[in-house]
Amino acid sequence: MNPRRKKRLTIILSLVIGLGSAVGLTLFALSQNIDLFYTPTELVQGKGKDKRLPEVGDRLRIGGMVVPGTVSRDSQSLRVSFDLVDAGGPIVTVEYDGILPDLFREGQGIVAMGTLKDATTVVASEVLAKHDEEYMPAEVAESLKGMKHFKPEYTDEQLKGQH
Amino acid sequence: MWKFLHPYAKAQRSYELAGTLLPWFAVLAVVSFVLGTAWGLAFAPADYQQGDSFRIIYIHVPSAIMSMGVYTSMAIAALIGLVWQIRLSDMAVAAMAPVGAVFTFIALFTGAAWGKPMWGAWWVWDARLTSELILLFLYLGVIALYNAFSDKALAGKAAGILTLVGWINVPIIHFSVEWWNTLHQGATITKFAKPSIAGPMLWPLLIMLLAFTCYFAAVMLIRFRNEILIRESHRPWVKQLLLKSA
Repeated sequence: MNPRRKKRLTIILSLVIGLGSAVGLTLFALSQNIDLFYTPTELVQGKGKDKRLPEVGDRLRIGGMVVPGTVSRDSQSLRVSFDLVDAGGPIVTVEYDGILPDLFREGQGIVAMGTLKDATTVVASEVLAKHDEEYMPAEVAESLKGMKHFKPEYTDEQLKGQH
Repeated sequence: MWKFLHPYAKAQRSYELAGTLLPWFAVLAVVSFVLGTAWGLAFAPADYQQGDSFRIIYIHVPSAIMSMGVYTSMAIAALIGLVWQIRLSDMAVAAMAPVGAVFTFIALFTGAAWGKPMWGAWWVWDARLTSELILLFLYLGVIALYNAFSDKALAGKAAGILTLVGWINVPIIHFSVEWWNTLHQGATITKFAKPSIAGPMLWPLLIMLLAFTCYFAAVMLIRFRNEILIRESHRPWVKQLLLKSA
């Protein structure tokens, strides 16, 4: 490689590496703010190095797995409450009044946006379903995971209470 | 070692090579598009959770992979253009940028259309979606910068620098779902592990990926040939070519 090309290559590489590390450091410093949601553990024990805890009344997103057996529906309206958990940590309760997404199931990951009512309860205004990166036909899923999958059903009475 | 490439630094040789390759990519693209679309939409089994809605994966994933792949190709071409000062490389960058921008737009649009029924939201400002949107703006920036100069040598240089610097965003998009917690799920096929998708669903996806790649190659070659003709229009060989075809 002749010296002029070498010089240009050095200039360009150092430009890219310099800007790259600047962006990298910025993202690293902002990493807590880039996270879309709190996990139940972070909500209870604090987030990041300084163990920052959200205050009651804060608007936030909480993401975790719906604990099987904790979904309780009101038979008269769309009100529903359920518990969220992440890797074996603390449990956070979510209260919601509205139609849940199709993918909402016990054992499913979800992300809820709402306000913190008390230390471990979130009143959600929006519930989003998170799905994993696995795709398979129903028969395979049944034999592999041993579970049947179905859509949640609403009665007419429940839907009437919707606003 | 790279001697065999040297003749292609001449615009005419590259123009002819692009013309030879074009029909092959075009035919392969059409065949694999037809095969992949029919297989993916009609014959692949429905997903256990998402039912038939998951079939949008056959457009969404290939276009998202291409949006990053095209940008990476542009970055390589821009590096060659800047260091070795090969004008044809700058032309290749200019030829690729709008195609990549369209792929990015398709990935964002199909992602939104997929997110609404599955997640429950068209758009969420999570790291994956936001960084992909930034990629679209980078493409638009490169296109705008290239067209902002009437001196095309200068334009190529400016667009090349932006392309190279913006490449930083590509690994950020790819790893965003690992580095931060996001609503978007992790990688299904672009990882060093067994793809987390069942075989009968994977094959049409790979065929669609081939289709998108060949489609990109074909469209890029057409645009590249046009770019060469426009930038070399004062050269005798272009004039001869035009007289011959007129």
